[in-house]
Amino acid sequence: MTSAPGALQGGARDGRRAAAIRRIFRDRPLLPLLVLLGLLIGSLQVAQPGMLGPAWASSTIRFAVPLAILAASQTLTMLTGGIDLSVATVASMSAYIVFTQTPAQGPWVAVAIALVAALVVGLVNGVGVGVFRVHPLVMTIGMSLVVLGLITVYQRIMVASGSRIPPEVAWLGSGTSFGVIPNSLFLFIPLAAVLLFILRRTGFGRLLYAVGDNEAAARLSGVRVWQVLVALYVLSGLLAGIAGVVYGGLTNTATAALADGLLLPSVAAAVIGGTSIFGGRGGYEGSIVGAVILTVLTTLLTVLQMPEPVRVILFGAIILVVASAYSRITGET
Amino acid sequence: MSAAVPTNDGLGRPAGAGLEVLRGLRRDTWTLALWGLFLALLVVAKLVAPGYGATELTSLAIGSLPIAFAAVAQAIVVISGGIDLSIGAMMALTSVVAATQMKGASPEFSIVVVLGVLLLGLLVGAINGLLIVASRVPDIVVTLAMSYVWAGAALLVLNTPGGGAADWLQALISGSLVIDYLPRALVVLIVFAGLVWLPLRRSRLGLSLYAIGSSPLAAFRGGVDVQRTKVFAYALTGLFSAAGGLTLTASTGIGTPIPGPYTLLAVAAVVLGGVSLAGGRGGILGPIVAVFILSLVRTDLTFIGVDPNLSTVVQGVIMVGVVMIGAFVTLRRRTA
Amino acid sequence: MTNLLLEVTGIAKRYGAVTALRNASLSVRPGEIHALMGANGAGKSTLVKILTGAVRPDAGTILVRGEARDLRSPSAARRSGVVSVYQEPALIPDLDIEANLRLTATPVEAFRAALAELGVSGLSLRALPRAMPLAVVRVVDLARALAQEPDILLLDEITAALPADLTERVLEVVGRQRASGRSVIFISHRLLEIAAVCDRATILRDGETVGTVDMAPGAEDRIVNLMLGPSGATLPPGSGQPRSVAHAGQAAQLEARGIAAGTKLKDVSFSLQAGEVLGLVALEGQGQDELFGVLAGSIRPDAGEILVDGRAVRFGHPADAIRAGVVFVPADRAEALLGQRSVRENIALPRSARPARWGPIQVHAEKESVEGAIDRLQIDTRAQSEVRRLSGGNQQKVTIARWIAGGVRTLLLFDPTRGIDIRTKREIYQLVRDLAGAGAAILLFTSELGEIEAACDRVVVIFGGRVVDERLAAGADEPTLTRAAYGLPPGTPAPEEVAAEIAPGAGPAPVGSAG
Repeated sequence: MTSAPGALQGGARDGRRAAAIRRIFRDRPLLPLLVLLGLLIGSLQVAQPGMLGPAWASSTIRFAVPLAILAASQTLTMLTGGIDLSVATVASMSAYIVFTQTPAQGPWVAVAIALVAALVVGLVNGVGVGVFRVHPLVMTIGMSLVVLGLITVYQRIMVASGSRIPPEVAWLGSGTSFGVIPNSLFLFIPLAAVLLFILRRTGFGRLLYAVGDNEAAARLSGVRVWQVLVALYVLSGLLAGIAGVVYGGLTNTATAALADGLLLPSVAAAVIGGTSIFGGRGGYEGSIVGAVILTVLTTLLTVLQMPEPVRVILFGAIILVVASAYSRITGET
Repeated sequence: MSAAVPTNDGLGRPAGAGLEVLRGLRRDTWTLALWGLFLALLVVAKLVAPGYGATELTSLAIGSLPIAFAAVAQAIVVISGGIDLSIGAMMALTSVVAATQMKGASPEFSIVVVLGVLLLGLLVGAINGLLIVASRVPDIVVTLAMSYVWAGAALLVLNTPGGGAADWLQALISGSLVIDYLPRALVVLIVFAGLVWLPLRRSRLGLSLYAIGSSPLAAFRGGVDVQRTKVFAYALTGLFSAAGGLTLTASTGIGTPIPGPYTLLAVAAVVLGGVSLAGGRGGILGPIVAVFILSLVRTDLTFIGVDPNLSTVVQGVIMVGVVMIGAFVTLRRRTA
Repeated sequence: MTNLLLEVTGIAKRYGAVTALRNASLSVRPGEIHALMGANGAGKSTLVKILTGAVRPDAGTILVRGEARDLRSPSAARRSGVVSVYQEPALIPDLDIEANLRLTATPVEAFRAALAELGVSGLSLRALPRAMPLAVVRVVDLARALAQEPDILLLDEITAALPADLTERVLEVVGRQRASGRSVIFISHRLLEIAAVCDRATILRDGETVGTVDMAPGAEDRIVNLMLGPSGATLPPGSGQPRSVAHAGQAAQLEARGIAAGTKLKDVSFSLQAGEVLGLVALEGQGQDELFGVLAGSIRPDAGEILVDGRAVRFGHPADAIRAGVVFVPADRAEALLGQRSVRENIALPRSARPARWGPIQVHAEKESVEGAIDRLQIDTRAQSEVRRLSGGNQQKVTIARWIAGGVRTLLLFDPTRGIDIRTKREIYQLVRDLAGAGAAILLFTSELGEIEAACDRVVVIFGGRVVDERLAAGADEPTLTRAAYGLPPGTPAPEEVAAEIAPGAGPAPVGSAG
């Protein structure tokens, strides 16, 4: 019948194997990511024997948690085909408000003010993207300019009143319990559980995927897309605010540019975790692993005594390699 | 069956033509509004600070030059349906390469350096494009990753701000030409952008840029080599980023390895300049005007006595506000 | 030595584990109009992609004028003399026509001539395809292909989006290619067109060429049998018995009064009872798109009112219509489906639309309702993790299942069988009858006039944005409906010139002449 039946059958077998691998990446993207993480940790052990241990793990987690929370903002917005480039500025703002409001208001009120401010920024983003249909990239860049300007002005006003880190926030960001368990996990584990539940088992989570996959279809099914987007960006702003508090506690500093360095890594963590920047596909579990991978990678490059420039280059290269492997294996032909 | 459909009753006249006129008008309105806004801001500057004149205009042009090149770079790649988040890093890289090579070099050699750096920009941009095409990873992710790579490379070339710039290069963009009100920086921008863009725009290659941005599938089916065109678009973006890097070196006299905020400013200018982020629509003039508007706002606010930090807020508000108004007008028109 | 213009043999193509083509062949003589046919999933579109250079085959040979050719890309195919007009036009939406011609190195004069031959004049070369009606864009695309004077012109469902007058023109021009020794590969679901214009037809089934038929009287039956294969041929034809619906006493489930919207929809009224299937017939661009948009809540009407169960309602968003029990299935499946999500998520989508339903999902209730709908529609769920992997017919079933799962009251179906194979078509019509039997009210727009009698109880004809005819579906045969759709009184013959002049094209211009 065909000119080369043998070749075709062999090809079919290859095709099946490739399809099987694809299925693993598509349906269980966590497995290969965990393998990659294992490899990185293994290299760390080889590079500096004896480094691995409770102290190392504890510090890795403390650094990974704020990044993972920011990556949550990115993951949720990317699922709808958007992106939130205001998260770093919002996180910095939130930390700064906590630090400067604590002397006058006490830590709890300060944190509350910070989170409300973050929420308001998210609300504005949501209204811009959802109601006025401004491109998320434009809206969130614009908002980060606005917020940055406001912090700088606020900074000038508050310069006299002084700032201090509330011990509660330091406890959360950099403290440990029982010697090794980072306190930020007490916040992060429930938070991550809630987010995972939202994405997998709630109507809102379904709608995030639906809006990202095909907005017109969601609309025809009776979804008022703007409602979803407003709620989403509010949530994203709130998460960024929380991340800022934790990060402030971790670094014990608060400046207008505190979390700027986390912006691109937050996108990278979501991308490495397998969330499609075009929307409709991905999940938060991957982003968490992505955040840990990026943190371990930074440690590894430091341990290898790479000069700063090389570290930066390798960082970029690895994001690219992972993203590319991912798209090659799951992508359509 | 021989009767042709009469002209006035056929398929030619209808909405197609009417909408076309409307669309043309709308595009022109946008550009006109941008120019109007720019002039209004100039007038405000002149009113608030009567001393505002040629000198200030020149420094405005010099200060805006790197952002303007970044905006042109971003515009080209956005027109072709992509986005480049590594423009700031490419500018840093080309800027430090230029600064290190030109420090203490002869004027003749520095010409070679300038050409070499422009070539480097083409190459670096083409690498971005090739990686996007080869990896099939979304543009935004690849250029995000490559922004680390190019920033790291810039640090490798020069660890701290330093180097130098050839005198003629510095002279090229400072002062004015013929009349006081024509800043040399503006002339450089227009000549460079014009030389590259104008011949390209109506050529088959230039049309291909618009085509792959407007509809990659239709472009492919129409015989356009989509991948090659994409690489070309990114190479052009690299070229203009290199021009931006050179003007950074020329205006400061040194090279700075840390990328400035040019990437995101360029996105802002492109959007403000009427280039659709969806690709296929817009030009490079709009974004250039938008850059000058954003710079002038800062100047005006300073004159009025507003905290200069608030001007960042105003820039953000303008960027978002203009797009919102645009969206609002479109919405109204659609429902009307 | 061969005198064939195109000879394709033993083509095979696999996507991952899925075999799209096993052994496809096709031979086209010079000066021949050759139909390529097959049910959805038969591999037709893959073969088209291979012939146009968009996809490379795993095996097989392609000979053009006896010489082996490697069609690597659309431009390589063009160099070999194969030019195609695709279902989705290949014009760049944001470049004007002149730039589009330049981009593809098409001679402008030849293009103008082709356009005139197709009966379109006065089109500005500065017009942007984005702003032109789909039908015009397709004709422009065809004119561009003709202007390139290809040896082999491949037309993929060229008549699908065209109004009747343009369809005739296009078929005429296609037929004229014979004289110049050029050949046309003609792909269409419309058997009548194929019988009218083609010389031979090649039929694909399950990735294989199962026969080539000379077009002669009676060939249609053979084609249908070949397409359906041994299993499909035994399916019962759609039942066409007249049905009676109780009208008296009860308020209409859905009633439209004097609806007007945009430039095309002027004044449409109808009423739809529970248990009734109301057919809607119109040429392209008579306001039916706007009417469905208004009824579905996507478009706000300029005038008129909608009544559900006798109460006036206002729809500002599809959500409002859905709340009132009025649900809409668009013709374009890409508009209705979440391609990357599962069958289950697609069907369950409306369940979580309201903010009150954003909370935790009741997994069991959802599963039950979704599986019920899947069974009911016999959706083939082998590829259920991603809906985009389903065949077109199964995708269409998913879009309908979404509403069945929730218990449907009033269903708006817009050309649900467009581009769907015969077997699925019959299943969908059967489903429509069953739903109506269970008490649903259904408004069905279809471009296949021959199927009104089988599927509907009554039929309304719209022309120039107004209702011009309303009758019982029984006895509403194709000629009757065609005449009505052209706005002619019943019984009057429709001279072609008249038809061409008054039949509104896809553009809005003729609306004025009709009113």
